[in-house]
Amino acid sequence: MNSVRADNRDPAPTLANADADRRLSLAWRALAAVEDPEIPALGIVDLGLIRFVTLEADGTLDVGLSPTYIGCPATEVIRRSVERALGSAGIGAFVVTQVLSPAWTSDWITADGRRKLEGYGIVPPERPAASMRDILRKARPVGCPRCRSTDTECISEFGSTPCKALHRCRACLEPFEYFKCI
Amino acid sequence: MNAASPVVREQELNADAQALFRYVLRLGDLSLVLGQRLGEWVGHSPALEEDLGLANVALDLIGQARLLLTYAGEVEGRGRGEDEIAFLREHGEYLNAILAEQPNGDFGQTIVRQVLIDAFQLEVYERMTTSSDERLAAIAAKSVKEVLYHLRYSGGWLVRLGDGTDESHARVQSALDNLWPYTVELFAEDALDRTMADRGVAPRLSDVQAAWLRRIDEILAEATLRRPKDRPHSWHGKRGQHSEHLGYILAEMQHLQRTYPGARW
Repeated sequence: MNSVRADNRDPAPTLANADADRRLSLAWRALAAVEDPEIPALGIVDLGLIRFVTLEADGTLDVGLSPTYIGCPATEVIRRSVERALGSAGIGAFVVTQVLSPAWTSDWITADGRRKLEGYGIVPPERPAASMRDILRKARPVGCPRCRSTDTECISEFGSTPCKALHRCRACLEPFEYFKCI
Repeated sequence: MNAASPVVREQELNADAQALFRYVLRLGDLSLVLGQRLGEWVGHSPALEEDLGLANVALDLIGQARLLLTYAGEVEGRGRGEDEIAFLREHGEYLNAILAEQPNGDFGQTIVRQVLIDAFQLEVYERMTTSSDERLAAIAAKSVKEVLYHLRYSGGWLVRLGDGTDESHARVQSALDNLWPYTVELFAEDALDRTMADRGVAPRLSDVQAAWLRRIDEILAEATLRRPKDRPHSWHGKRGQHSEHLGYILAEMQHLQRTYPGARW
């Protein structure tokens, strides 16, 4: 395209590229500031919920957003927060697309996200259960985030939010939350 | 010929869409009705942890139902959304297998029903991730992970109760004996199931049944429970013929929308 443009007074293509880069980086910066409503320490980018930010041919920015759990009440809150953040980021036209497949997995939580979870007192997920035997017999003990003891027990497969399970440390007797592996 | 063929094609399309619509309702209604049933436990569970557990499973199931019923509405093409389909259909228009609508009973009975359906959904969704219908494949990919976790919960409880005290063992064995006959309907393949399998939209129910049975046998062995014998069945929830229980479920679930049409959260 550039080669056919002899008129160098019109640097539009370069500007357009620069503008696209600027919009993409503004979008990512705005998204990085969106927190999970139920785990405020954690951003949605840390959680791995943003699947892509792409520039469509018509100039619209398409932002792919995945739900953690399809019935999670936070899903709609997150979507609205994302729309609000993008709306005030000065990035022009955008759409938010729900991405179901491939399904979100707790493996996509970033290293940074895992550190933040731990700092918040929630044990980050280990690995997805592979077999029925794993599923029926809780395979590996989950370490206590406070005293590091592995003498812990699962009190409930479900906790205060769809993404967490409830555990208890038998050493320091404190209850703690574990981010489920899915 | 030229004039007639588009009409024929349109009729075929309608028949196709109609079949897909009914099939998606079967999946969505199973999740919706079971989710509503589990919701009845909120505030009544044996312990707070189980209150949370059952409510969380219910939430996932209703999430599945929302995606499926929204899709059903789009396939139908009459402008009905998820809410209209969930809250304004009649008894006979619900296409869930009637196992889902069976009463909660005691906690053990709820767990038995849950294991049977969790394992069924797991086998169906696992195979549906490669469906020729992209939308169903995506919904299945998301749901299958959650359903596996549900089975971990329900299966874990069945093992504890079955391999627990004499009382808990007797109760879950009796619940299993009572609910087992309803499982036959899950695998009773009719013309609709066959059409969907032929088109690569849905898995073959005979495959699902074989895998389901292996999984169930594995759990029952751990739980020291005995698998009841199959008996012939005469119910057809998948065709809209339900037990009396569904009426009570719908009366409660649809009350608000019927009393205040168009009310929004």
